[in-house]
Amino acid sequence: MNLYGPLWLSAQLALVTTLILLVLGTPVAWWLARTGSRWKPAVQAVVAMPIVLPPTVLGFYLLILLGPQGAIGSWWVSLTGNALTFSFAGLVIASCIYSLPFAVQPMQTAFETLPRQTLERARTLGASRLDAFVSIAVPLSVRGFVSGAVLAFAHTLGEFGVVLMVGGNIPGETRVVSIAIYDHVETLNYGAAHHLSVVLLAFAFTVLLAMFAFNQRWSRR
Amino acid sequence: MIELRHMVEKGGFKLDVDVEIPDTGVTGVFGESGSGKTTLLRCIAGLEGEGGLPVHRRNIGYVFQQPTLFGHLDVGENIDYGRRRAKTQRVDRAQVVEMLEIGDLLERKPGSLSGGEAQRVAIAAALLRSPDLVLMDEPLASLDRRRKDELLPYFDRLHDELSVPVIYVSHDIEEVSRLCDHLVLLESGKVAASGELSEVLARVDLPMLGGRNAGVVLWATPVDHEDGLTRFDFGDGDIWVPGEIELGSIPLRLRIAARDVSIVRERPSGTTILNVLRATIEEIHEPDAATAILRLGVGNQCVLAQVTRRSVRRLDLRADERVYAQVKSVTVRR
Repeated sequence: MNLYGPLWLSAQLALVTTLILLVLGTPVAWWLARTGSRWKPAVQAVVAMPIVLPPTVLGFYLLILLGPQGAIGSWWVSLTGNALTFSFAGLVIASCIYSLPFAVQPMQTAFETLPRQTLERARTLGASRLDAFVSIAVPLSVRGFVSGAVLAFAHTLGEFGVVLMVGGNIPGETRVVSIAIYDHVETLNYGAAHHLSVVLLAFAFTVLLAMFAFNQRWSRR
Repeated sequence: MIELRHMVEKGGFKLDVDVEIPDTGVTGVFGESGSGKTTLLRCIAGLEGEGGLPVHRRNIGYVFQQPTLFGHLDVGENIDYGRRRAKTQRVDRAQVVEMLEIGDLLERKPGSLSGGEAQRVAIAAALLRSPDLVLMDEPLASLDRRRKDELLPYFDRLHDELSVPVIYVSHDIEEVSRLCDHLVLLESGKVAASGELSEVLARVDLPMLGGRNAGVVLWATPVDHEDGLTRFDFGDGDIWVPGEIELGSIPLRLRIAARDVSIVRERPSGTTILNVLRATIEEIHEPDAATAILRLGVGNQCVLAQVTRRSVRRLDLRADERVYAQVKSVTVRR
């Protein structure tokens, strides 16, 4: 296992998680932004929970749920023959839950700032609900999608506690970069820890810089 | 004829409308704020109320009070949004662009447009969807006086050049008098009156059309210029209006507010008022303790006069009597 293997694994995990969250988070964000339902606060609270919960708590419940005896884990075993815990697939599921609020909230904010009348106008101009969403709501909410994707990606990249609980430390499968850094520090291999840490540091700064620059340019238009 | 039948209840307000309007020309829906005008339009469009076709299947063009254009599209793409989704493209794009004078704006982004320009673009977008009915919800109300005056001529052109029926909602009787052919009065969610514009305006028994709103539309032909004035012939006499208005054979609309009309028994000799019309009192209505509204026949049309009941008593005015109407101020549609 080379030094940058965990980095590559983290990138893969973050990318897959981000793509899934963009697909699953969009309808959730849309519903939250537009609904007047009395269930809205409850759904909001559930979505936001990973922000306040200690990752170990989340990881603990996920371990139980995804384990071979757990509700999801046993189903997965019967389906694929493999366990979900200590596997890449399990990490993806855990990351999706862990990063959900970071994807949903920016999108929800973007959808909320969309004037209701803009969509009504699109509807009177002959667009179905879906058409109006795709042709009007999505392009006008690009900022929310970009912010949501960037935050979900970066947040997944930096996750530690949940991975440790659910994924463990299997090289090439679940040994993501944050775990690898921890490992290197534990074994007093500071050189390798520095290497990976600097890459993450530079990455985090670059991505955030790009996002804020994008937001600024967008708001000037 | 178009039949509008809508019933909807929300938050203690009830809209209950069942009225027929002509399928040509502009029908004004006039009422105070809270009378249900916008709700009625939204019901027609399918944005409110239950059942019926979904919004995008109703072939209507909707012009909102605020022209919320699509910010990520340029003006050209904005006006083509509905056009690309229209089943039939009956309306000519070039004609609409020319009529609303938005040719120079097509490349621009909506964010750089003035309120009046944006509203013209929104109207073009609604028209290019080739609708069977255009709904306009106080399209001038969000603009200041100057922009409103800039935009009004475009509405005149729409009225003259378009064959599609329009429902025009407004709380401004001047706008309605200028632009509409037919009038529906809405009061607390119900139709208080409906009919041809001049006929409804000439009714003295409608409290909504009292006070500041009382007044008529008179049709008259501009026939002559003299001393910087234009002489209009309305069939039984002349009306003089300041300014040299283009002469023609088509009658124009003259709006005469009831508060600008006073009544004299004899033709006055020493007066600065230009327009003194021979009239017959047709009806006297006394809406409150102080006020009287009189409908006066002039030729085969009529004007309203708002005076005090005290004056009516003092001059002993009665129906069918011959009097003179002094008209202090007249506005011309164009």
